[in-house]
Amino acid sequence: MTEMTGAEMVIAALGDQGVEHIFGYPGGAVLPIYDALFQQDKVNHILVRHEQGAVHAAEGYARSTGKVGTVLVTSGPGATNAVTGLTDALCDSIPLVVITGQVPTHLIGNDAFQECDTVGITRPCTKYNYLVKDIADLPRALHEAFHIAASGRPGPVVVDIPKDIQFAKGDYFKPKEFQHRGYRPKVKGDLDKIKAAVDMMAAAKRPLFYTGGGVVNSGRAACDLLRELVKLTGFPITSTLMGLGAFPAADQQWLGMLGMHGTWEANWSMHDCDLMIAVGARFDDRITGRLDAFSPGSKKIHIDIDPSSINKNVKADVAIVGDCAHVLEDMVRLWRASAAIPDKKALQAWWEQIGKWRAKNSLAFRNSNEIIKPQYAIQRLYEQTKHHDTYITTEVGQHQMWAAQFYPFQEPNRWMTSGGLGTMGYGLPAAVGVQRAHPNALVVDIAGEASVLMTMQEMSTAVQYDLPIKIFILNNRYMGMVRQWQELLHGGRYAHSYTEALPDFVKLAEAYHAYGIRCEHPGELDDKIREMIEVKKPVLFDCVVDPTENCFPMIPSGRAHNEMLLGDATTRVEDAVTEQGKVMV
Amino acid sequence: MNTAATTHYPAMTTAEQVETRTLCVLVDNEPGVLARVIGLFAGRGYNIDSLTVSETEHEKHLSRITIVTRGTPMVIEQIKNQLNRLVPVHRVVDLTTTGPALQRELAMVKVRGKGELRMEALRLADAFRARVIDATNESFVFEITGASDKIESFINLMLPLGLVEVSRTGVVAIGRGPEGM
Repeated sequence: MTEMTGAEMVIAALGDQGVEHIFGYPGGAVLPIYDALFQQDKVNHILVRHEQGAVHAAEGYARSTGKVGTVLVTSGPGATNAVTGLTDALCDSIPLVVITGQVPTHLIGNDAFQECDTVGITRPCTKYNYLVKDIADLPRALHEAFHIAASGRPGPVVVDIPKDIQFAKGDYFKPKEFQHRGYRPKVKGDLDKIKAAVDMMAAAKRPLFYTGGGVVNSGRAACDLLRELVKLTGFPITSTLMGLGAFPAADQQWLGMLGMHGTWEANWSMHDCDLMIAVGARFDDRITGRLDAFSPGSKKIHIDIDPSSINKNVKADVAIVGDCAHVLEDMVRLWRASAAIPDKKALQAWWEQIGKWRAKNSLAFRNSNEIIKPQYAIQRLYEQTKHHDTYITTEVGQHQMWAAQFYPFQEPNRWMTSGGLGTMGYGLPAAVGVQRAHPNALVVDIAGEASVLMTMQEMSTAVQYDLPIKIFILNNRYMGMVRQWQELLHGGRYAHSYTEALPDFVKLAEAYHAYGIRCEHPGELDDKIREMIEVKKPVLFDCVVDPTENCFPMIPSGRAHNEMLLGDATTRVEDAVTEQGKVMV
Repeated sequence: MNTAATTHYPAMTTAEQVETRTLCVLVDNEPGVLARVIGLFAGRGYNIDSLTVSETEHEKHLSRITIVTRGTPMVIEQIKNQLNRLVPVHRVVDLTTTGPALQRELAMVKVRGKGELRMEALRLADAFRARVIDATNESFVFEITGASDKIESFINLMLPLGLVEVSRTGVVAIGRGPEGM
């Protein structure tokens, strides 16, 4: 035990938790903590330009390293600006500890300057939050916050510290181990259920692995065990947007992403399988499509660390609550021990069927010599970056889906995207966080021109800290996904989805003291991407693409997996969406 | 602690006496109304000692919330004003100050024991006018109604006699006399 101020305790706890980088923005109610930060050199601070950027940067940092991301912001607007990032991290299960300043305890509830009810506002968008009103509670709260953020299903935790507590003196200690009174996430799966699952897998004729972000969150070991199990069983595998990279896309057993913009083979396999093995995936509505027509003929095994994910949307026949790595380890062991012999003949017939679906080549698009097709731009980006140590972030919209479809990932933690919340403006600050964690890597934000303008100010952060992030903007002047839905659902009435005034991104880059490139013809794409990679500066790459291109395949809202639309489908797209489907988003 | 030089916030005012008050709040019975009331207390750092709620006027969809809270007179004043400001709140009455009022609580008390202890529990229950609402060979569940301190002392007496668990409603209150709130 050492006596110190609350502000010093914050720094001590960050140090004890191994935090190297914290993203933040100072203000009146956190000045004591900033003062303590100033007087040490263990924890590096990255000054962002907006608190939302700080949280997304911490998310990118966390997602690309597997560590807890940390944020420091002030009271009132500092805290409310962080709310979008917190919600984003909650939806995508990203471990964060966000420290917010608060007005002194005696002024709480008094409508003081820069006061807001931070714990009230953030209660629905955090895994847990604290308002520390006694200096004696601060050390425990800080360390517990890291424990809660990282364990079980990860998520963001807010620690709200009033200014008088930051000044108050108390005894600092690091709790030796955590035995929370109530919070004890279950990591080991029930062996009987795992055994039952293995028996079902051995008997399956049309099995399929459906994996999600939970595998990536569980860590490298979970990804390796998943790869081992998929190889052992010989089953096909698909993944959600969040789970990309857990299984290598180059593998023959990989079917591509599933869901609303997933591949023909992945979605048809989901629909027609007789056994679905869901690992760390939550049956989100982008995945299932119409629920009453979702994979009607299959038994479902659901592995998830969060008991509330089970039977939420889809009834599981065997539910295994536990951490993916632990459960997969037991599964691999039991599979080997049981010497299970899958029905080879049935599996072969299943793979033949999948081969037919694959032959549809559902990601095909008509390329052009005149105008850059966005899909082609991502293909060229992949070809030029695949031999580098590359990390990809995205914004939200068509470009995000094209990135998921056309940029194959072989390893986990290489793909940072806002899946659950769908936050436009995520990618640029996330790239800042990723680049800070991996200074020598190539970090590319595959962006849309509308999304990236939402957090463009973080270019200034990238320049300040020499973070050579590459912002690869697929510029179609539209909010592309909004335009696509207006085309499909609202008779082509493009209400406010076209941006009539856009900045000159090359000049904008220069204004930020960054590097700007514009590319307007398919022929110059390769050279300019090379230039982007070679420049040792943050780059805004304005890639002018076909403004009318739509993202296919697509499961229209209110439809099932076997009712997908293809790019060159003969069905008239307008007829494919039901009245009921129009209500859904 | 001297923070005057390093903060732009005013210092704390001198401490006043803390009082306990019972408030009756008439609200629209709509989704989220309880969350709004509780959120107000949590967000502004007010205490809740006890809170009960139930719909009391079905045709008007009105619920009555009884809150026992603590604070200095200034804080209590703020609580009442803040409650009154909530859109679905019809009325806030401070039963502690508006005249004589009745306050009651109901508790169910489970006691487990045999022989003399069991008899003693039953005798005490009788003295407190608690009713037996469930019995087995080795246990009783008592129902007791009364002011909080009466329930408190009954529970304390049951403690050495094999108290297993207690379920309490929290305080409900109503003003004496012919007038409504």
